[in-house]
Amino acid sequence: MELSAEYLREKLQRDLEAEHVEVEDTTPNRCASSFRVLVVSAKFEGKPLLQRHRLVNTCLAAELLHIHAFEQKTLTPEQWARERQK
Amino acid sequence: MSGSLSRAAAALLRWGRGAGGGGLRGPGVRTAGSGRGGGSSAEQLDALVKKDKVVVFLKGTPEQPQCGFSNAVVQILRLHGVRNYAAYNVLDDPQLRQGIKDYSNWPTIPQVYLNGEFVGGCDILLQMHQNGDLVEELKKLGIRSALLDEKKDQDSK
Repeated sequence: MELSAEYLREKLQRDLEAEHVEVEDTTPNRCASSFRVLVVSAKFEGKPLLQRHRLVNTCLAAELLHIHAFEQKTLTPEQWARERQK
Repeated sequence: MSGSLSRAAAALLRWGRGAGGGGLRGPGVRTAGSGRGGGSSAEQLDALVKKDKVVVFLKGTPEQPQCGFSNAVVQILRLHGVRNYAAYNVLDDPQLRQGIKDYSNWPTIPQVYLNGEFVGGCDILLQMHQNGDLVEELKKLGIRSALLDEKKDQDSK
């Protein structure tokens, strides 16, 4: 079972047609395999947070079985553009 | 990753023993049903999440969270002055721990339920806290967030 940040990044990018994906391996800060991800995708438009997070969870369903802790941030391209301006 | 959200998250994730103290009357901590080997069927969980307005599943207890994310949930509820909520410690009950994940189709703990409905985990609660949605959702449940009173005090100065 491949569980590298790079692998997760590519999978998220592909499945969610993401404009931007960041995956941080936070395992050193936690007790077991842990990741923090940022996904920017037009697929999140018009979707409430819970639905967005479920899209990510579905994409990584197999991997999440082996991940202990998972943080995610999901933005639309517009939200991402605004954040970068801050 | 953007600055402010991760800084706020980092602040909430910092946790130490006794973080839940301060002399406040603690939240209503309930333990998941007395039934053994069956205390986590879908029907039972359904009843559990609907029994109280605010229900959280944590690793640890509000007084002693055993995980940074669970602690973040406890701290956010504390900030809003929500004291009467049901908190279930999944570390006490492996069947509950798996059962609640199956029930909500959500892979991680903590889990937050408002008015019987699954709201999300720590990330979502944190974002709702930051964008004002949590105050609104609590209002719908007839719970007045303590942050509203804080703001009122600030405005009147």
